[in-house]
Amino acid sequence: MKFVGEHLLPGQIGHLFVIVAFIASLISSISYFSAVYSIDETSRLQWKKIARFSFFTQIAAVIIVFSIIYYICANHFYEYMYAYKHASKELEPKFLLACIWEGQEGSFLLWTICNSILGAIFIFRGKEWESPVMGVVTLSQFFLFMMVLGIYFFGVRIGSSPFALTRNEISAPIFSQPNYLSFISDGMGLNVLLRNYWMVVHPPVLFLGFASTTIPFAFAISGMLTRKYGDWIPKALPWILFSACALGTGIMMGGKWAYESLSFGGYWAWDPVENSSLVPWLIMVAGLHTLLIYKATGRSLRATYFFLLLAFCFVLYSTFLTRTGILGDTSVHAFTEAGTAISVMIKSFLFTFLLGGMFLFAKHYKKIPAIHTEEPTQTREFWMFIGSLVIFLAAIFIISITSIPVYNRIPGIKDLIIKIHGGALAMPEDPEFVYNKVMVLVAIVIGLLTAITQYFKFKSTPKGFFIKKIATPTLISALITICLAFIYPLEYNKFGLGFLGAIYLAFFSTIYAFVANLWYIFSVQKANWKKAGGSIAHAGFALMLIGMIISSSNKKVISSSLVNGITFNMGAKDPNGRNADDPQENLTLIRQVPTKMADYEVTYTNDSAGNENGRKYYHLWFEKKDKQRNKIKEKFMLQPDVYLMKDNNMSSNPDTRNYLTRDIFTYVSFALKEQQDKDTAAFRESIINIGDTIFYSNGYLILNSILKNPNNGKYHFTSNDVALSADLTVVGKDSIKYAAMPALEVDNDHLHHLDDTIYAKNLYVRFNGISEDQKIKIGVKESDRLIDFVTVKTYVFPYINLVWLGIVIMCIGFIVSMIHRAKMSRMLSALIFAVICLGIGYMFLLANN
Amino acid sequence: MKTRSIIILVGIAVIIGALLAYSVDFSTYDTIESAKKKEGKFVHLIAKVDLSKPIEYNPEKDPNYLAFHAIDSLGGKTLVVYRNSKPTDLERSERVVMKGTMRDNYFECKDILLKCPSKYKDDKQNLERSINQQ
Repeated sequence: MKFVGEHLLPGQIGHLFVIVAFIASLISSISYFSAVYSIDETSRLQWKKIARFSFFTQIAAVIIVFSIIYYICANHFYEYMYAYKHASKELEPKFLLACIWEGQEGSFLLWTICNSILGAIFIFRGKEWESPVMGVVTLSQFFLFMMVLGIYFFGVRIGSSPFALTRNEISAPIFSQPNYLSFISDGMGLNVLLRNYWMVVHPPVLFLGFASTTIPFAFAISGMLTRKYGDWIPKALPWILFSACALGTGIMMGGKWAYESLSFGGYWAWDPVENSSLVPWLIMVAGLHTLLIYKATGRSLRATYFFLLLAFCFVLYSTFLTRTGILGDTSVHAFTEAGTAISVMIKSFLFTFLLGGMFLFAKHYKKIPAIHTEEPTQTREFWMFIGSLVIFLAAIFIISITSIPVYNRIPGIKDLIIKIHGGALAMPEDPEFVYNKVMVLVAIVIGLLTAITQYFKFKSTPKGFFIKKIATPTLISALITICLAFIYPLEYNKFGLGFLGAIYLAFFSTIYAFVANLWYIFSVQKANWKKAGGSIAHAGFALMLIGMIISSSNKKVISSSLVNGITFNMGAKDPNGRNADDPQENLTLIRQVPTKMADYEVTYTNDSAGNENGRKYYHLWFEKKDKQRNKIKEKFMLQPDVYLMKDNNMSSNPDTRNYLTRDIFTYVSFALKEQQDKDTAAFRESIINIGDTIFYSNGYLILNSILKNPNNGKYHFTSNDVALSADLTVVGKDSIKYAAMPALEVDNDHLHHLDDTIYAKNLYVRFNGISEDQKIKIGVKESDRLIDFVTVKTYVFPYINLVWLGIVIMCIGFIVSMIHRAKMSRMLSALIFAVICLGIGYMFLLANN
Repeated sequence: MKTRSIIILVGIAVIIGALLAYSVDFSTYDTIESAKKKEGKFVHLIAKVDLSKPIEYNPEKDPNYLAFHAIDSLGGKTLVVYRNSKPTDLERSERVVMKGTMRDNYFECKDILLKCPSKYKDDKQNLERSINQQ
């Protein structure tokens, strides 16, 4: 059949270039490895030439493929599955990018782009390490392109192509008609939770982080293949620093997204998706520290190999966890259930690199140089090594808990679990606490080590030096902690005093790490900023932890009954009894009725429609009054919204009021749907004079006056209109007064009633007209249920800005170190530093407003 | 490095291992029947909302009380009480994962995860359904 209106050419070109890139990366990889193993110089150069040529060919191919996907999505060519699944007409251009990396195929392509950028830079700076390192990088490119290949090989489809056609992918009656495209009016569109600024910038940074772990891995492999076991260390250092920086920033940008658009109330929930990207970062940081030890003392090279190899393997493991659907019900993030084909390919990617790396490591283990004496405890390398080990063990702890769904699937282990536990294993009642109670101990140890370790010197520390230098920062941090404990105590009592004590210890130890590192910059390094990268990164990391400790310990649900007293229970029956310490955390706000929420009085004033169909914003007016002077101290509007998506799913998006020291975060936890059952009550008409009174079941109304063509806060008529409004005062039983102003308008011989609603009293008031004897007809309707309300949950997050400030400072620290270690020219250093700092500052502070 | 650090490594690993064993009281996935035998223990149930019985939720009276009936694939039934706001589209969900404790006549639910029919775009049936609705 010939189909009408399809644009098949871009897809054919795109698919062709995917295949080109796939083959080119394979050729490049083979040629690079041939260059490593060629004996004479001429063939080495020849192989290298071929390898470079094919690498740049695949870069060009990747750019073309990506542009075509963008073109297809931007032009809404719904004959392509990818556009149909991820794009829609209402999407703003910046979200078109987000919709490309929403899908499996697009995010793999993003990864290949990051690999291409890093690879291109490496070709220019890699020198004698170019061939072996790029051999590994291009091999990983080969696997990534395989994921998006979409060709059949002996009847089995390898990879899923982003250029697959909708009519080939799914079967529906409309595809039997040549003009089926005219029936597809719009695509499914981007999930509304992902329509957030951070979803545009977070994936590229995160994937740059993932891709950057390939290079340290490749260095370790090259070190073993070429048997120059320690030579690559200085060369790899800036790449490792870059990787730690990009991955760390990418992860925390994801946290910022979760904070702004998810309604769990926070930036971190120990979700498997978050954990599995944190673990490679932790291991990379451990490897960074052991590498520095090796560089200064010649020790712990084997540990460095091990950590750098594992960091990349855990990136692949994370890919396996998040993209194969193995996490199933355990992850809040709606990740896709992929087909078995892609699952097999991801597993082969993982096992090739994991087993390959570990096999080489085992084979060369004995040959990797090591020093077989004990280092004294008075040295920097000793404490640094302990710190790296703690970080590594913390990572292993996190990943072993995160992998619970994997254990449930492994034959053998699965049966064992069912035998012991009587069912498939699941997370305990408070899954976050499982992590938090171990991580608080890790924070204590890491904080202390970060504070003191730099005051030791490598190899041996002169007597008295350590004590003399560390005394002041120790004293300062102890003082700060004690002062804070009185002025601004941490109030996390959920798990008793023991845990609160541990939090306080971690609080001290992170403050200590922050102060000691700042002190080190000024007192020991004499503010030589070029060399201070490490201390800056440490101080930033510590500041981030301080922010996390404060904001999580002192986070408050102010819509909770524990804060407001159990006032809001209008005789509801709860047949099963309520536990006294089970807080009721949701609060219902009736339209126009001010409700107390901690120090605030909150009123749901009105609602409004958004740009997209089905999106509704709830306007919540917050006021804080000074009780003595009865003056308003603070007022602001929050507009959380609820979005009914095309697939009929509801999504609730929070809104936040940001102050320097705290955030007020609120989201809608329950909203009425539009289609309500019909209100059965009817208007009751009274015919009265001005000044007369109408009674209703809960009070009375007084007619004050009649206005012709009113132009006031409510109506804006001009002298050309024909309109009348009635000015009434409603007085309830509680003698609270409300104004009601229904109106009548004649427009093209049609009579319009503009009714007024007193939401607080469930009362509708209508101006019915004027009777023959010049009396006024007023209709009153009493509804038997609440007319409009919304249920919300509201948090206050104190000092969350410290978290974001900390991550930015840490990132800058990494960059300073990277530039220092890469030994670049002054101009280039300054340029890179300026570009990255401006970029991060722009992304975190400006772009979002 | 060698002996001392290995001792320290093993020490830390043992401490963390002990903490892990002591701290993590793992839960299990259960059917409603098997959960009834474990009354008072924190479990995960995978079930469906029983739509033949009413869902009780009156946010204007109490936004923190939801009661409904659940039925699982083996036919086990229970009343579920969730003291929180009603997840949107509970009625439309195909499957719910409920975390909580079985009491003598109801399931005290702490957390609900919904699997909605169209949340997962890669599900072929959903795509077919969506394209037929155009």
